[in-house]
Amino acid sequence: MQSQATYNYQVVRQFAVMTVIWGIVGMLVGVIIAAQLIWPELNVIEWLSYGRLRPLHTNAVIFAFGGCALFASSYYVVQRTCHTPLFAPGLASFTFWGWQLIILLAAVTLPLGYTSGKEYAELEWPIDILITLVWVSYALVFFGTIIKRRTPHIYVANWFFGAFILTVAVLHLVNSAEIPVSFLPMKSYSAYAGAQDAMVQWWYGHNAVGFFLTAGFLGIMYYFVPKQAGRPVYSYRLSVVHFWALVFTYMWAGPHHLHYTALPDWTQSVGMLFSLILLAPSWGGMINGIMTLSGAWHKLRDDPILKFLVTSLSFYGMSTFEGPMMSIKTVNALSHYTDWTIGHVHSGALGWVAMVSIGAIYYLLPRLFDKTEMYSVKLINTHFWISTIGVVLYIAPMWIAGVMQGLMWRATNLDGTLTYSFVESVKSTYPFYTIRLLGGLLFFSGMLLMAYNMVKTIASGKAVNAPVLEPTVAHA
Amino acid sequence: MSDFVSGFWSTYISVLVLVSVIGCGVFLWTQDKAKHAPGETTHHVWDETLEEYSNPLPSWWRWMFYLTVVFSLGYLAVYPGLGNYAGQFGWSSHGQYDKEVADAKAKYDPIYDAFKKQDIHAVAADPKAREMGKSLFLTYCAQCHGSDAKGARGYPNLTDNDWLFGGEPEQIKTSIMEGRTSVMPAYGGNPDAIGGPAGAKEVANYVRSLSGLPNDSILATKGKEKFIAVCSACHGLEGKGNTAIGAPNLTDKIWLYSSREEAIVDIVTKGRTLQMQPHKDILGESKAHVLAAYVYGLGGGAGSTTAALAESGSATAVQAVKK
Repeated sequence: MQSQATYNYQVVRQFAVMTVIWGIVGMLVGVIIAAQLIWPELNVIEWLSYGRLRPLHTNAVIFAFGGCALFASSYYVVQRTCHTPLFAPGLASFTFWGWQLIILLAAVTLPLGYTSGKEYAELEWPIDILITLVWVSYALVFFGTIIKRRTPHIYVANWFFGAFILTVAVLHLVNSAEIPVSFLPMKSYSAYAGAQDAMVQWWYGHNAVGFFLTAGFLGIMYYFVPKQAGRPVYSYRLSVVHFWALVFTYMWAGPHHLHYTALPDWTQSVGMLFSLILLAPSWGGMINGIMTLSGAWHKLRDDPILKFLVTSLSFYGMSTFEGPMMSIKTVNALSHYTDWTIGHVHSGALGWVAMVSIGAIYYLLPRLFDKTEMYSVKLINTHFWISTIGVVLYIAPMWIAGVMQGLMWRATNLDGTLTYSFVESVKSTYPFYTIRLLGGLLFFSGMLLMAYNMVKTIASGKAVNAPVLEPTVAHA
Repeated sequence: MSDFVSGFWSTYISVLVLVSVIGCGVFLWTQDKAKHAPGETTHHVWDETLEEYSNPLPSWWRWMFYLTVVFSLGYLAVYPGLGNYAGQFGWSSHGQYDKEVADAKAKYDPIYDAFKKQDIHAVAADPKAREMGKSLFLTYCAQCHGSDAKGARGYPNLTDNDWLFGGEPEQIKTSIMEGRTSVMPAYGGNPDAIGGPAGAKEVANYVRSLSGLPNDSILATKGKEKFIAVCSACHGLEGKGNTAIGAPNLTDKIWLYSSREEAIVDIVTKGRTLQMQPHKDILGESKAHVLAAYVYGLGGGAGSTTAALAESGSATAVQAVKK
């Protein structure tokens, strides 16, 4: 049977383009708040002050940039590996427009000061309801496509996308459970209180890292790395073990955000131990990705997309080693509340999440717009080096600053008084803030190159939907 | 502290944690027993080219995984984690905190207690005590009064000789230990006598005249009567204030908020509450004693006439920040 049907690339194109645009917006806000930390005078009006822009930055890079990258890649991957067009294309279109509306509402309400006060879940209740509607539609489209697949087995990338979609739904529903007080102005109170509220928040917060920023992007990795390298995935068994171990242990790790707080000791211990156990499952993904290149290492020389993908795995491995170490209570006693945490987050967010997304989008754009490659492969290479230097300039000073702050805060004189006042540690951090700003600026300017490359590629191409392929018959 | 409402939950947690940790190890073991065909694929193909090798788990990775499982079981034996079970080491975060506080008290209290026996004037002149006082000030006081102790809008400057609650050594110590509260009701509690916002404007002009600031003399004359009738109860007939209740002196050119007419009208019409928290529970008397001496030595303290002391006192605080 010759299939004349085509894959639904329309929604993939929309999300892919918006990934780049929201990446620029989110990182620009990041650059602004990094500058505000050096020059407080830049807090000109309350709507654009640090306290309002910081949640806007995190929401924009995680949910707008990262979210669009996940929508684009998961919709692309699930169709192609199931050999069938997306289930419910109307609903898929709704997820695009709904998600963009949510992002716009966030961009308006957060600077205006509407917040539920929960980190990475700041959006107020009417927007929370909209998120739920879009997310349920996403799940229907994704799992509907899985159900009507024409292959006997489900490809590993889809396990990760599936786990990410299901878990984020649960996380959002539980953590955002709140009692609305008024619609205008938007205001609600959390359904939880005290230590329970903190625990639910960080169960959510850490699993947002684990499922939104890790499992989802491992889904991207499992498709685009073997595709771009032209090699089979290193080990099916490793995929199985690290997938189940990862989704199981991540669920327990949240309490490490609340070491030495009112949380009961047993909860803190359990959170720390599962964070340590998490090291091996996390590294399983890195090993599987990097070892997929064995026999194809030479491709790294002249393929900047592969450079992005493999470098992202290196940063992934580094930050998933750093995370369990920071979860150890004695290490955490030093690192907590310092800029070390900010460095750790960005080695994951810039080094892993952004770089794997950028690699995937560079892979996708030519295929979505009827081209064989991007307008300029050379520019991709430039983008790669700017980004890599940018990440290093970002995270290295934050490590140093974090350790310095931790040591300054605990230093005491012979009479038991503190050696340094808090403001002295702030003053000592300025040089590191400046280097960090430079790193952030570099990473941001790389995104501008990407946007230029994207516009040029789209301008000379045309939107195409590839025909649905017949599944390759498995030979026993 | 485990805070379980019943024994059931303690057991539930213990079983769940143990089964989960051991389960990770068992899962790894069963998966490792699965058949492998190194170098061959699983014979599944997706999207034309996607395949998977049937390679075994990397040995070093598998052992790293086992190691974390074994470590976790060992940790749960000695530290709290299994519900109400306290662990062989008997460690708790409360216990660690209490011990560290007790150790610190044993080590540092004698240093401060030695100064407590001395008169504050003497302590203020002791360079070592001043150094200690400076550290305490930068830790506990600088948030409101500033690193240079010169205060901020609404927070008194401690280096001048204007004192809301008195600048005698013992008065400063009392301020630190017990905290201070002073309340000015709107319109001094008597809006009719003041005559509403229009009357407040008159009073504001009179208040400005007290320290020789430009004012409308007609309004000020009307304001004077109202001031004497209402405001003088706290601020005194001459407007020189009252340190017993923290009523500011209005005749000097020192303003806690602002000398602008509108600002004074705002205070008269809305009232003001000043509050400083008590610190005796945080600091204890000995540290408060050393701190009071440091603040006294900043130069503004009543009877603190040593100009040099004043200079060096505030200079060290400034240096501490510039360092």
